Amino acid sequence: MIRKPLRPLARILDARAKGENPDIIEKENIRQRHDDIQVKSRQRAEGRLLVLGVFFLCAYAAVAGRMGVMATSEPREPVASAAGSAIAMQRADIVDRQGRILATNFETHSLYVQPPQLIDPLNAANRLVEIFPDLERERLLEDFTGKRKFAWIKKKISPEQKQAVHEIGDPGLLFGPREMRLYPNGSVAAHVLGGAGFGKEGVSAAEVIGVAGVEKQFDNYLRDPGNGSKPLTLSLDLTVQAAAERVLDGGMKLMNAKGATSILMDVHTGEVISVVSLPDFDPNERPRPPASGFDPSVSPLFNRAVQGVYELGSTFKIFAAAQAMDLGLVNPHTVIDTRGPLRWGKFAIKDFRNYGNELSVTKIIVKSSNIGTARLAQQIGAERQRDFLNDLGMLEATPFEIVEAQGGKPLLPKNWSELSAMTISYGHGISTTPMHLAAGYAAIANGGRYVSPTILKQDGPQLGRRIMSEDSAKAARLMLRKVVTEGTASFARVPGYQVGGKTGTADKPKPRGGYYEDKVIATFAAIFPAHDPKYALVVTLDEPSIVAYGEERRTAGWTAVPVAAEMIGRVAPLLGLRPQVEPTEVVGITLTSN
Amino acid sequence: MKSLLYVATALAVFGLAFWAYQENYATQQVLKDTRSLQRKIGAAQVRLSVLRAEWAYLNRPDRLMELAELNFERLGLLPLRPDQFGRVDEVTYPAQPPLQITEGVDVSGLNANRAGELRP
Repeated sequence: MIRKPLRPLARILDARAKGENPDIIEKENIRQRHDDIQVKSRQRAEGRLLVLGVFFLCAYAAVAGRMGVMATSEPREPVASAAGSAIAMQRADIVDRQGRILATNFETHSLYVQPPQLIDPLNAANRLVEIFPDLERERLLEDFTGKRKFAWIKKKISPEQKQAVHEIGDPGLLFGPREMRLYPNGSVAAHVLGGAGFGKEGVSAAEVIGVAGVEKQFDNYLRDPGNGSKPLTLSLDLTVQAAAERVLDGGMKLMNAKGATSILMDVHTGEVISVVSLPDFDPNERPRPPASGFDPSVSPLFNRAVQGVYELGSTFKIFAAAQAMDLGLVNPHTVIDTRGPLRWGKFAIKDFRNYGNELSVTKIIVKSSNIGTARLAQQIGAERQRDFLNDLGMLEATPFEIVEAQGGKPLLPKNWSELSAMTISYGHGISTTPMHLAAGYAAIANGGRYVSPTILKQDGPQLGRRIMSEDSAKAARLMLRKVVTEGTASFARVPGYQVGGKTGTADKPKPRGGYYEDKVIATFAAIFPAHDPKYALVVTLDEPSIVAYGEERRTAGWTAVPVAAEMIGRVAPLLGLRPQVEPTEVVGITLTSN
Repeated sequence: MKSLLYVATALAVFGLAFWAYQENYATQQVLKDTRSLQRKIGAAQVRLSVLRAEWAYLNRPDRLMELAELNFERLGLLPLRPDQFGRVDEVTYPAQPPLQITEGVDVSGLNANRAGELRP
């Protein structure tokens, strides 16, 4: 850089020659130099500002651009965490209490057609009918040659069928992947599982949704992709369920019943180990619901265990006896007047047979005396009886976790009068489902605490609200045991398993009022082993009738009890119950010191 | 001195650029491998679920019951009944196998030709 001298010699000499002050020249130059410096520094500052401005502009543009891209592009999972995303979309499995599969998914294909792309519609239709005999050739041809651009042919096809269709070789026949629900055990536990169907359908996928049973009840859980690898564990035991179904099916046929149901429940946890309703169906091919106008209970879809609201008859007597004992009104040996018929207004309560003028409370249960229990109910009173049954959950639909259970609302008298109380005490005038009854017996069996029946596996006992004292429950259990050893349920003696229970035979109500003479609901509600109950079992037969000893017999003692006994003998070993010798009652030793 | 610094900086930039290039491609390769592994895992899981379904189908109670009935003569399987429970002390010890005489010393049958001929 060339610096300009402040006192250029030429000008100084010149100025001196002219007699001017040379300092002026110097000042002038200094001023000019300062001006130059000022201009330069301003330019530099402006340049810096520009660079800074451009930098910020670029930075903001980058941020804005990134935001724009993020806002307009499709969201995508980060690569590292998208493990097997195709699988996560699957519906969760359903397994039994030991992890055996009850429902799972299966990959299959659907078959659809795009008629404009068909090369030889006639040949395609002919060959398709050969592969799928249930298709109609005319309808296919109509679809193939009409104006349609798209038509489903089959929702689910097997790999063999797919290969066969492939071999037709027509480009208009196309496959879409489908996930179907598979119930490998067929009709076992059909009513609990319910079934699944397709919801929204597309070519490349279809939504699987539950249509009944636990599939519908837990649809949200099962469909949640986060639960894809976490199966829904039910309380059912597949082996026990299959055995119970077999026994009940045999029993139903032997007893000429048109329907049957059984419930086996753990009395401490409330877990339902097996629940059967016959006739049943295959959830893989779920039948259509019956058309309106027909009696829904005829359909195999009808779940008698939770939807069948019946008067369950004398099985209710033990509740009256237990409550009377709990309230301290009676003890098992209190003698009750049982002279009949017991008249109440126009209504007369009779016994099946005349059991004499008086019976102890135990004998009332053992002999199943209607008059005796009606007298107990009179002592209890309508109000207290209703509260007690309410505590047992008998006045509401059961909380059992399948959708059908909500439909099993008990039928109660509109006005709970004293007469109602008397009839309800022996199981008439109140209609409940067998599931209600099982829960009630479980409460007696576990020492007086309410358990709500559940289909989900539990970790431990429920310890619900207390309904009756431990002692009353124990006394009631002794009575139930005596019904088997001395009373109406003598067929229920299963060696090794001390069964206690109560029979109930109720006439079926006619749809237009009144009762059938020759159609009954026979029920046996049991607990076993009676001295330390683990399980409650309810067996109900719909319209059983057998001929024994030259007489037609419909009572539960002849029909439901043998079936229940066979079931206990078959199922108890599977539950791991070892046959035991019954501990004898302690012979009356009384402390008499002092 | 200055030019040495320039050269060193340029080399460093080259080096870093080369390193970044390599890392970029290595990452892409790893991502590709991951994707293919995940596809394989997915396929394996599908296969597994099919096998599980098949296992459950082959073990369905109805079929096992039928098989037990078909093969009753060979297996003699019956449903479990309460009287089949036993106690441990009811189980007898297995009978002692008869002592095998491997090198029999013939003491009585001196006339015998071979050892062991007299064994019953």
